[in-house]
Amino acid sequence: MFSIFSKFKNGLQKTAVAVNRKIAGLFTGNKEWTEEDFAELEKTLIGTDLGMSASRTIVQNIRERYKLGELKSSDDISRVAAAELKKILSEGARPMRKNPDGVTVLLFVGVNGSGKTTTIGKLAAALTQDGSRVMLGACDTFRAAAVEQLTLWAERTGSQIVAAKQGADPASVAFDAVKSAVAKGVDYLLIDTAGRQQNRKNLMDELAKVTRIINKVLPGAPHETILTIDASHGSNSITQAREFASISGASAMVLTKMDGTGKGGAACAAQREFGLPILFVGLGEQPDDLQVFDPETYANAIFPPDAGAAAESEP
Amino acid sequence: MFENLSDKFQEVFRKLRGQTTISESNIAESMQDVRDALIDADVNIEIADEFVSEVRQACLGEAVVKSVTPGQQAVKIVHDKLVELMGSAEAELNTGAHPNIILMVGLHGSGKTTTSAKLALHLKNKGKKVLLAACDVYRPAAIDQLKVLGGEIGVPVYAEEGVGDVPGIALRALEQARSENADFLIIDTAGRLQIDTAMVQELVMVSSVTQAGEILLVADAALGQQAVSVARHFNDALHITGIVLTKLDGDARGGAALSIRKVTGCPVKFTGSGEKLEDLDVFHPDRMASRILGMGDVVSLVERAVEKIDQEEAAKFEEKIRKNSFDFDDFLGQLRQMTRLGGLEAILKFLPGGDKLSGIAELAPSKFAGMEAIILSMTKYERANAEQIDMSRRRRIAKGSGRPVEEVSQLIKQFLLMKKVMKNNSLLDRMAGGMRGGFGGGMGGMGGFGGMSGMGGMGGFGGMGGFRMRGSNYTPPKKKRRKK
Repeated sequence: MFSIFSKFKNGLQKTAVAVNRKIAGLFTGNKEWTEEDFAELEKTLIGTDLGMSASRTIVQNIRERYKLGELKSSDDISRVAAAELKKILSEGARPMRKNPDGVTVLLFVGVNGSGKTTTIGKLAAALTQDGSRVMLGACDTFRAAAVEQLTLWAERTGSQIVAAKQGADPASVAFDAVKSAVAKGVDYLLIDTAGRQQNRKNLMDELAKVTRIINKVLPGAPHETILTIDASHGSNSITQAREFASISGASAMVLTKMDGTGKGGAACAAQREFGLPILFVGLGEQPDDLQVFDPETYANAIFPPDAGAAAESEP
Repeated sequence: MFENLSDKFQEVFRKLRGQTTISESNIAESMQDVRDALIDADVNIEIADEFVSEVRQACLGEAVVKSVTPGQQAVKIVHDKLVELMGSAEAELNTGAHPNIILMVGLHGSGKTTTSAKLALHLKNKGKKVLLAACDVYRPAAIDQLKVLGGEIGVPVYAEEGVGDVPGIALRALEQARSENADFLIIDTAGRLQIDTAMVQELVMVSSVTQAGEILLVADAALGQQAVSVARHFNDALHITGIVLTKLDGDARGGAALSIRKVTGCPVKFTGSGEKLEDLDVFHPDRMASRILGMGDVVSLVERAVEKIDQEEAAKFEEKIRKNSFDFDDFLGQLRQMTRLGGLEAILKFLPGGDKLSGIAELAPSKFAGMEAIILSMTKYERANAEQIDMSRRRRIAKGSGRPVEEVSQLIKQFLLMKKVMKNNSLLDRMAGGMRGGFGGGMGGMGGFGGMSGMGGMGGFGGMGGFRMRGSNYTPPKKKRRKK
């Protein structure tokens, strides 16, 4: 599954061009790189939400190599920056866990509007296309019509669904869903939850309860608790990762809405800081708009080797 | 939100206040700190630089340098510039048309549908006739979501099933709004990327066929550096007239708000701050600036209290305190009022330094629920005569409420203690003076509960833990003062 990477790159093209037009403009033709040039590079990196410290680290690296005479043209800068980014993102990168004997339970958590339900729909589409039998658990019993939204995705992807009416206890729906998934012997159970802000203690506790219940019904589950992070979000993604990891046991991330101009730099920082690997990226609303996250593709899309050409071809 | 930003600012201010002279060099250092704080809080880098350069120039002006307290002056300049950046005055909705058309636009998941419903409720509560139009034909079940929300708040929703022609739906919704003589038509639209030209064009069409007088950009408070691009694209295409900042109940540092405001020049008109449909607030730039600078937002809290608290009930309660005749039933009433305000935790957020207290177990809504259960398990006699509740009654209450006996005893003990404190009759004075730091009661102690008595009591929280109140000219509501 997920073999087409061209889309991933297209989605990221916007940032790549924006970043590299600046870099190319900065560093080609310049006889000598000044501190102002480095400040400009840092600014550009901060603009991708990578955060102050990560941006400074990358710039520092480039500055040192330049002083050592290793770097001379704009292509070199792209290469160094891409290598740096790839190195950061490759640490702790891994594929999605799978339960070797029985149903793989995936619990989706995240802040409001980060794209949980859509991501589940797209993942269900990819898994069913792959021949897996999939069940969806509609544990977002809070938001109006969330159950209907997931039901439509179930119909669209040919997945089964376990749902209760709005206002039901999410933990009890999770209980039913896991029981049913085990009984019916499906390959995957994808559980949707209501969006919540990570500083709302009682809502976060509710999530911890859902996890406990799932684990009680099926020891070892959930096999992944996947945090959806909106790529257009800034530094708050880091707080989101920290809180969802510590309270609801998030084990991995999906970077959503990567087809926009936001590039989820903060999520990359979060991967480094909390060891939560980014498993997938969302690139749109269509069923096939979910791709496996690949550090190299990501880094090369942000800093393409042919940066100068890309910058010039853009009017 | 803004907590981290405010921490950083406080640090910078501490340094600045101590300065007896202001020079190019010590201002430069402070301004570097301010810039870093702004960027870390997701303010767009260009805007942070611009802000800092303006502040620096103002600080080096003659009036500051020659003033007796240059540090204080510099702090004031930062505050004023921040208020200026956020817009100096509250902005009302554009009205005057009939119906007034409000078009909601924004990225995916920014909160348009929820905000549409919140705004509809806000207007309905002001006595306006509102119609909602469901124009998100793309996201599965988005129309259902708006219908359910409309049902909850009793506002009609115009929707067409299986129709993809968005400008057409909007136009027919407008016809219905006219025929129903509605005051407001709120058009919910699908989330879209600001760079998706075709989808943005759809909004332009809707805007032009309906002649919408208000185009609100709904933006997530957690937006990062891209907030500028989002705001610029939407504004260039649509000429937005206002901003709604959503999910302010999260802990996003909220720098995006400043970026969007600066780029569009449009005022933030509303903020969304919670899961409930009542959780929509009018945006007050000066109060938000105070919050960013760590000075609390007491004015908003008092307003909220006025709106949500039953004044008559509060007056009755005050009378009972005076006569020392209040019982567990009254106490229960107070608990419920607290819940209506969003619980202690929500209240604390408005107070200077209050954010540091949030999250502690004593304030959890579950504690309230426990107390409520205990009181509801008491007989009428017991509620009126707390001192008569012996051990055997306590055991029965514990069984009935499903709470441990110790918790029942604890509640009764605290309740009796509270009555005793009130008997001294100085409590009302303390409540009134609470904002000035008079009320020294501990958080979990009964003294704290005393403060729950409605409006006047809100003041009580201010003094808790001895928070200093800076920059506020808050005076407790007159009618709550004790008549001598």
